[in-house]
Amino acid sequence: MRFRKRQRLVLLVVGMLLLSGATALVLASLQDSIAFFATPSELAARQVEPGKTFRIGGLVVEGSVVREADGTVRFAVTDTAEEVPVVYRGLLPDLFREGQGVVALGKLAEDGTFVASEVLAKHDEQYMPREVSDALKEAGYWEDQKEAENAR
Amino acid sequence: MHRYANPLRFQRIADALLPWIAVALLVLTPIGLYQALVLAPPDYQQGEAARIMYVHVPAAWLATFTYALIAVASAIALVWRHPLAEVAARAAAPVGAAFTAIALITGSVWGKPMWGTWWVWDARLTSVLILFFLYLGYIALHDAFEDPARGARAASILALVGAVNLPIIKFSVDWWNTLHQPSSILRLDGPTIAPSMLWPLLTMVLVFKLYLALVLILRMRGQLAERRIHNLRASGAGG
Repeated sequence: MRFRKRQRLVLLVVGMLLLSGATALVLASLQDSIAFFATPSELAARQVEPGKTFRIGGLVVEGSVVREADGTVRFAVTDTAEEVPVVYRGLLPDLFREGQGVVALGKLAEDGTFVASEVLAKHDEQYMPREVSDALKEAGYWEDQKEAENAR
Repeated sequence: MHRYANPLRFQRIADALLPWIAVALLVLTPIGLYQALVLAPPDYQQGEAARIMYVHVPAAWLATFTYALIAVASAIALVWRHPLAEVAARAAAPVGAAFTAIALITGSVWGKPMWGTWWVWDARLTSVLILFFLYLGYIALHDAFEDPARGARAASILALVGAVNLPIIKFSVDWWNTLHQPSSILRLDGPTIAPSMLWPLLTMVLVFKLYLALVLILRMRGQLAERRIHNLRASGAGG
């Protein structure tokens, strides 16, 4: 009886190890397709032909947002290393603002501009009351903190 | 007699614990809700919508916690054939499925105004949806066999196979680019959430955990009673 219990335990542990190993291999090989979006650096490193639909994510560059009269919005997305110009026509989510994360779905035009058909806001993991964010900005901690976030 | 020794002891401990859990839940639920809905400040960016977090995060934590519980209980049931472990795993499954559904729905309601979409197929959202299907599969597989013992064994194996999904859910936001934000609380460099919002959240987490304990004990007692009736009927019919 004891022996059979041990046998079952060994079987279970070995089974779980094999299963986790197989899962890890599958996930590692699917790395690219599981990622929800590409970063501007990845885009720069890899030649993506125009017309292929994909998502690009990063921070909206401060001062880059231009709203044209016909409702077209132009802005640049950065991961602090590379920048990609984006053009979009449509409604933007509430959280869309300069310095904030966005994920855009679309394709590259011939001139390297990303033509977006959908723009989603990406919220970061910072939660704080308005007074705290104001106080941080006043004390000059804000930029450092954001910078540290981006560096990771 | 050995078969019943442990369930009997469980009954005694459960009977002693139940009133305390119930009282703690009655006291903490209004406190937690007051903290979350009134005392906690609105977020600097999301405003009042951030309050969805006080339901979403505890529900999502319970969704994965309950599954871990089922996986451990299933392993014990498979290796040591412990009847109480089987009962615990089975009793927990619908509760975990419900909390997964709550996490998915509240997340979707938050996502529409904040992200601009109800749903995306990013690694976090997809892995939690898979968790929901695993719960449903576990419940269905349990009842899919004529012989309840075989159903329990098949479901236990499914629960263990599905357990590889748990680390994927937890680390999906670190391993891959996702739309879902990374963890704000359980992270190496400390929480990135203001204390005035963290405390209400932790109270709500405790409330949800107590609720799970309460429902789990009640459901396990019910299933043990059902088993006893079943056994009495069987022995009555035989003799």
